[in-house]
Amino acid sequence: MTAAVPGSAPTPAFAPAGPVEIAPGVQWIGALDPVLRSFDALMKTAGGTSYNAYAVRGAAGVAIIDTVDADYADEFFARLEACARYDEIKVIVLNHLEPDHSGALPELLRRAPGARVQCSPRGLQTLRALLGADFAKYDIAPVTTGHSADLGDRVLDFYNTPNVHWPDTQCTWLGDARLLFTCDLFGSHYCDGRLFDDLVGDFRFSFEHYYDRLMRPFRSSVVAALDLLEPLDPAMIAPSHGPVLRTEPARYLRQYRRLSEPRHSFGTGTDKTLAILYVSAHGATARMAQAVLDGAAEEPGVRVSLFDLEGGELSPFVDLIEHADGIVIGTPTINNDAARAVWELLAKLVDIETRGKLGAVFGSFGWSGEAVRNVEARLQGLQMRLPEPGLKVKLHPSEAQLEDARDFGRRLAAHLTGRAAPREIGLTELAAR
Amino acid sequence: MEKATLTFTDVSITVNVPPGTRIIEMSEKVGSGITYGCREGDCGTCLTHVVEGAENLSEPTALELRVLQENLAGKDDRLACQCRVMGGAVKVHPG
Ligand SMILES: Cc1cc2nc3c(=O)[nH]c(=O)nc-3n(C[C@H](O)[C@H](O)[C@H](O)COP(=O)(O)O)c2cc1C
Ligand code: FES
Ligand SMILES: [Fe+2]
Ligand SMILES: [Fe+2]
Repeated sequence: MTAAVPGSAPTPAFAPAGPVEIAPGVQWIGALDPVLRSFDALMKTAGGTSYNAYAVRGAAGVAIIDTVDADYADEFFARLEACARYDEIKVIVLNHLEPDHSGALPELLRRAPGARVQCSPRGLQTLRALLGADFAKYDIAPVTTGHSADLGDRVLDFYNTPNVHWPDTQCTWLGDARLLFTCDLFGSHYCDGRLFDDLVGDFRFSFEHYYDRLMRPFRSSVVAALDLLEPLDPAMIAPSHGPVLRTEPARYLRQYRRLSEPRHSFGTGTDKTLAILYVSAHGATARMAQAVLDGAAEEPGVRVSLFDLEGGELSPFVDLIEHADGIVIGTPTINNDAARAVWELLAKLVDIETRGKLGAVFGSFGWSGEAVRNVEARLQGLQMRLPEPGLKVKLHPSEAQLEDARDFGRRLAAHLTGRAAPREIGLTELAAR
Repeated sequence: MEKATLTFTDVSITVNVPPGTRIIEMSEKVGSGITYGCREGDCGTCLTHVVEGAENLSEPTALELRVLQENLAGKDDRLACQCRVMGGAVKVHPG
């Protein structure tokens, strides 16, 4: 995380002096960080952020929901101490173990060693690493959907919502207040001590930018989380960054729905879509691209499209790929590698979910031909499936090689429709690929 | 030698493998979408769904069992970096 220029450290806007009651018996005990300018090496945070944590008081004790970044622990403990004693803490809920929420945990556990720690099963791995030898000293109980924590007259229910940016993410529901604690989901990197969505400044841009940078690569996990959470119909959503959402929370759920739909979800019906994106310096790879298109277009039920990467801007291509069922990349080998425009595109693909998409690579080369293999490795790194080994042609393709390219296109399209012929191969043949 | 086959349904390929082969040794070469992180049974990235032939895979070790459990894996899910095809036919796809 990167801070603003030293010496110009801004003070948080409207910082509350103590804890803030957001619902009966529920206190905000978080911290404001007006200094942060870059979060997770993923996004800019022009006005800083907040680390929200909460204390829920029940007849049988207090639950703490998440903590804050270690640098802001003092602020968190001061607010906590103003509304609860450490020996009243029965439960510590960790909805997510990233350091911005677990930073104050080791110290909190030293002060409240009898509390039961509840995180998702996937959180255990990180918790073990965070606590080291102390892990065994504490009462740590993993929870998932269907589990709850009893505070006497009120109950916290857990909802397992994995992979909404880390494997460990979960949400916690306080039924009597219809209050949903979502940690990073529905967050904004927006620093404003007035806390509530109807009181703070205009944070809508931050809400959406946050979605784009942190949640968009996990689109289908976000959709699964929405499926689980929407029926709760919360009266308030309390995330761990930015404003507490109490003005028609359903609006925010709907906005996440909208954002998590592929931008181009209109028009193609049940057809599969295959995008061929290529770069060509002398026209050889371009001719192959046309042949791949011609072959793939023969397959009914597949919409194939062809784009010269150098003719377009990156971000519409990224939107296109987010929605495509498969992509085929064409690149010549230039200086022992794929063309620059291809790498620029591939670097942007971490912004979207690529897991499970079909990928394939082809290209012309002069003597060494490294580009195809390099791009294949990258597509595998993006968790795509590559059913066909890449197609390479030395210099300009012959008629026979163009027919190979058409066939390559036909086979790729057939993989999308499920009509690809099953193949059986031995180890020697596999090694030769 | 006894024969075993390992099918990756996401890329429609069956590989003839010697018994004892780990899924990880084949899946990347055939281009399957099964992906790896730690490659040593710790992270759960390689979670793989067994469509057929679960009984032909090696018994999960204590380490694999723990990671499967922490990943809330279904009964036919395995870690591709850990389990071995012991014989017969096994069909898998990314988890
Ligand atoms: C947004 C984000 C995504 C992450 N994704 C992964 C991941 O996919 N796999 C992994 O092993 N670690 C992942 N991590 C964990 C980081 O690698 C880990 O926290 C590391 O210690 C951070 O190092 P740093 O302090 O140099 O930034 C992720 C961390 C962040 C902040
Ligand atoms: S790759 Fe990490 S568990 Fe298999
Ligand atoms: Fe996070
Ligand atoms: Fe966070």
